[in-house]
Formats: sequence, structure tokens, C-alpha cells
Amino acid sequence: MTTPSITVRNLTMGWDELILLEDASFDVAEGEVFAILGASGCGKSTLLRYLTGLDEPMAGTVRLAGIGAPTLEVGRPAYGVMFQSGALFGSMTVGENLALALNEWTRLPRAAVSAIVRAKLRLVGLQGSEHQYPAELSGGMTKRAAIARAMVLEPRLLFLDEPSSGLDPVSAAELDDLILTLNRGLGLTVVLVTHELPSIFAVVTQCIVLDRESRSILAQGAPRTLRDESTSSAVRNFFTRNVAKGGV
Amino acid sequence: MYERRPSGPEPAVSSSETPRGDPAQAFHITCAVTDTDPACGAAVVSVAGTLTFTNGAALWETLHAALPGDPQTALCFDLSAVDVIDGGAMALLVQTKWDRETAGARCEFVGASGATAQLLELLDGDASPTVPPARPHVGYFGQLGNRTLATLREVQLFLAFLGSMVLEVGGVLRRPRTANWKDVAPVMTRTGVDAVPIIVLITFLIGFVMAFQSAVQLKQFGANIYVADLVALSITRELGPLMVAIVVSGRSGAAFAAELGTMKVSEEIDALRTMGIGPLRFLVFPRVLALFLVMPVLTLIGDVVGILGGLVVGVVNLDITVVGYLHQTQRALDVWDVFQGLIKASVFGLAIGLISCSQGLITTGGAEGVGRRTTAAVVASLFTLILLDAAFAITLHELGL
Repeated sequence: MTTPSITVRNLTMGWDELILLEDASFDVAEGEVFAILGASGCGKSTLLRYLTGLDEPMAGTVRLAGIGAPTLEVGRPAYGVMFQSGALFGSMTVGENLALALNEWTRLPRAAVSAIVRAKLRLVGLQGSEHQYPAELSGGMTKRAAIARAMVLEPRLLFLDEPSSGLDPVSAAELDDLILTLNRGLGLTVVLVTHELPSIFAVVTQCIVLDRESRSILAQGAPRTLRDESTSSAVRNFFTRNVAKGGV
Repeated sequence: MYERRPSGPEPAVSSSETPRGDPAQAFHITCAVTDTDPACGAAVVSVAGTLTFTNGAALWETLHAALPGDPQTALCFDLSAVDVIDGGAMALLVQTKWDRETAGARCEFVGASGATAQLLELLDGDASPTVPPARPHVGYFGQLGNRTLATLREVQLFLAFLGSMVLEVGGVLRRPRTANWKDVAPVMTRTGVDAVPIIVLITFLIGFVMAFQSAVQLKQFGANIYVADLVALSITRELGPLMVAIVVSGRSGAAFAAELGTMKVSEEIDALRTMGIGPLRFLVFPRVLALFLVMPVLTLIGDVVGILGGLVVGVVNLDITVVGYLHQTQRALDVWDVFQGLIKASVFGLAIGLISCSQGLITTGGAEGVGRRTTAAVVASLFTLILLDAAFAITLHELGL
């Protein structure tokens, strides 16, 4: 295993009386496409919020390589986050959404900012969308624009919350290709939350499966290995049932 | 700090920079015109070192200073000495090459290897700027016309909303069980009980200040006692209902518009409709009814507190006794004075509720739209309050009341 990009130790997750995960530890290696899996309500998106520093765990630590504990608003962000809805600012054009962080953290002249914005949009297949408003984009385009915005400060680590949910199969496959490009072409470590098993088998190299009942990580490994070789029938069922449902 | 200078004849421009926050990064650019360059046969632009978007400003500036003045000079961007480059910096190189190509120059990247080549493959291509969509120029009169039409559309929408609301109320009267009665009490608590402290403070100060200002004038004529008449009549007939309505408009009207507006943009209103539940009956009716009921109560509280504000000035500043002041107030006031203020307050409550809810229900455009509609709700409510107040004054005067 290569250097861990994320190290999670003894993490407890939940609110008040509701504990979703207890004393969990895992690593995300550099260069992986790492998925957080599990049934609805098991806390996948909550865990992602802990990893990105949006919320603090009840107990335990999260450490990002070269950063330490994830902190926000204290310096130039070292990782990019794409939210499930895209969370693009509706009052700004797509180009302005991307330029916002660049203008905040660099002193680039306007032409250079434009050049970088256009390059990011080309990278995600949205060339020509610079002057469109988020309301004018389709669901797939919104997700791509959100990924482009997350990429604008050149992060080495990218968090994606349900990137292909709500997309048609073709758009979902295109988004999978984009994730592979970012991972293999640019060497980014990608951590994603998803329910889409076709996407998991297409792009994910390692994953964890959360279990709400036992409040633990049920399994960790490569998706195909877990599907075929896991000793836990719950894990095998998780993959095979969903695979059948997903038509893989 | 690592810095590698590329070999080449007569470097024209060079730069090395240590940007703030990235002390380990440095880059170096040189440009030399070599007609006989064996690889390119063109001017060679050598780029070297660590190139990131954080030192992009210097990279951009240096690169453009280094390029030959003639935009049609063929260029060969040599990337063989690049140690590290990120997507942002590569985007700047690609854009520069594209700009020169569109000016008629032959350009190419050479010497890229490893990660640099991979990145180049991803980003090299058509870097042409997107043309913003043409927006037709609208002159002053055109703008005036558009605004007028927009205002008329708003009025049309409000009238349609009002009509629908009348039908809904008719429906509720025919089948009372279909109304959302359970929300009425909580909304009354939010808009009424919770507003009491601010109403008390404001109306007390209004009564106090009015008495204080008029006392100076009335003292000159020895008419101190008439401060009680002035305060009581002004507060009950005019200022009480109006001030309470202004506070409720800013407080509850804005809240209604924001609440319903957020529900509209997050498709909660649509979800209600798909479940066969009308938003007017389920959401608007309890809010409007609540304001209709709490406004007279708040106004009555405001009337009493406002008169108390005047009494404090009368007792402290004008040497009037408490009993004397209250007796004079009783003589000045008729039941109708208070009652007409309460009727006015209920009508104001209806207007605030209807206007705010209608603005909330026509919200579009996300968070910005919610803000716009909330502002519009308060402005339209205040405007309507003043109009209604004037209408009441004229009507009551004509009726001799």
C-alpha cells in the first residue's frame, strides 16, 4: 500500500443518542478511488462531512496527508468537494462560479483566470458553458460544473458526494470516465459516496461498507473482491443484490 | 529552492519567483529566437522549473513579456525542463499557444514527458473564449416599459392569487374540516405572542416621544392636560395600528415570504400539490387567518402601552396626576376610536398576510429569488398599508365617524 492520503482512527459518528459508527479506523491510500458504501441512512454522507471538516466527529481523529486535521476557512483549501446537488451559486454564471476561488486565492490577471476556467470546463467536457447560469444546465452538466469548481485550486484530493445519482446511464458512464481521467490522468485521490453499483465497479479501487446495525465497518477492500470472496454474506448480498438491480 | 535554467542562446526574459505561501516553488522562463533550431525551426520558448497556478500571475506576465513582438512568429514551447506543472499553469501555457495560433503563428509544444505530457494531452486543444450571449440593448423608455409591464404582471398575479384565496375561503366555509386549523395556533404564537416585547417597546416610545414633543408647545398655552387627548386619539386611531402593522410586516410578513419562497424553490410546494393538497388552503390560509386574529390584539396592547408612555411624560414632565391623566384620556376617547383602530389592524393583518404569502408562492431562482421576494413582500406590504390607511381616513371622514 502506498502512503495514506487519509487516516481515520477510532472515529465515532452520530448525534446525541444516535450512534451510526463506533470506533472505526481506516486508511485511504494516495491515488485510490475510494468509495464509502452502505445502505441508506448508515451515515455515508455524514462520514464525508467529517473527512472534509464540515463537521467534527463525536470522537476519534481524521488526518489528511500534508494537512493534518481537515480545517476550513483558515487557508487555501487543499482538497476539493463536490456536493450532491452541485451547490453552484445560482446568481453567478458557471465561469464566475469557477473563478470565485481563483480570484480569492491568487492574484492572476483576468485573462489568466479566464484561461484556467476554460481549461477546467474543457477538462470536464463543458466547453462553451462559461456564460451559462446553473439553472440553464442539465443534471449531468451541473455535476460536471461542480467537479470543475472543486478542481479549480488544483487539489490532490477530491471528495464527491453521490456524483452519478439522478443521472441517466449514459451521463453516469460519462461521469465515471471523467472520474477515471481525474484519477489516472491527473493522479488525484478521489473519495466518493455512491449507491450506483455500475459506477462502483467501473471506477472504485477500494471501498468500505458501513453497517448501521453493528455501527461498524462491515468490510473493506476492492469491490469485486468483496463481492466474490467476502466471508460475510451480508457484504456479498449487498453487492450481488444491488448488482442484479443495477443490471450489471 | 530548485531552479533550473534551460540552455539556449541569449535568453530574452527570465523570471524566478517565490510566491507567498509556496516557498519551495520557483519557475524560470526564457525565450530566444533561433531560426535554425533543429527541432522546431522557430522561436523557442523554454519553460522550466515548478509551475503552479499559485505563481500563475508571474508566469503569465513573464511569458507574455518573453514572447516575440510579432504575433505571427512561429513558436516552439519547450517543456523538457519542466519539473512539476499543475493544471492551472498548463492552462495558461495552452491559452498562450492558442492565442498565438489564432493570430496566425505556427505553434507547438515539444519536450513534454511523463506527467507533463499526460496533463498536456488532457488540456491541450481549443482554448477559444466563449462569446457571451448577446443581450439586446434596451433604452430608457424600453426599460420603463418593461418595468411597467412587469409591475402589471405582478398585480395580475396578485389579483389571481386573491381570487383563488376567496374561493379557498369559500371552500373552507362550506367544509370547515378541510382547512389546516392545527397550524393557526402555532402561527399565532410566532406572529403574536413572540412579537409582544417589540410591540411594547416601540409603542411605549411612540407615546412617550409624542407626549414629550407636544408638551413643549402645549405648555406655552397652559394646555398641559390636553397632552392626554393628543396621545390617546393619535395612538388609538392612527399610530397604534400603523406602527404595529409596520413591525408585523417586517417581522412576520418577511418570515412568511422567506418560508414559502424556500418551500417553493425546494419543490416542497409542488410536492404538496402532487399529494392533492392545495398550498393556499394548507399554507396560506392558516397564516393569513393568524395575522387577521393577532393584529387587533397586538394593536390593543400597543394602544394601552402607548397611552402609558404619554402618561409617564404627563406625570414626570407636566405635573399631571396619574388619575387626572387617565380621567382626561377617558373623556377624550370614544369606544369607536379604539374599535376603528382594531378594525384597521385586522385589515392590515389580512393585507400583510396575503401580500407576503403571494410573494413567497411566486418565488423562482433559488436563494437569490427568496431574498428578492422577501424584500418585495415587505416593500409591497408597507406601500399597501399606507394606501389602506389613507383610504380608511378618507372613508371614515366622509362617513362622519
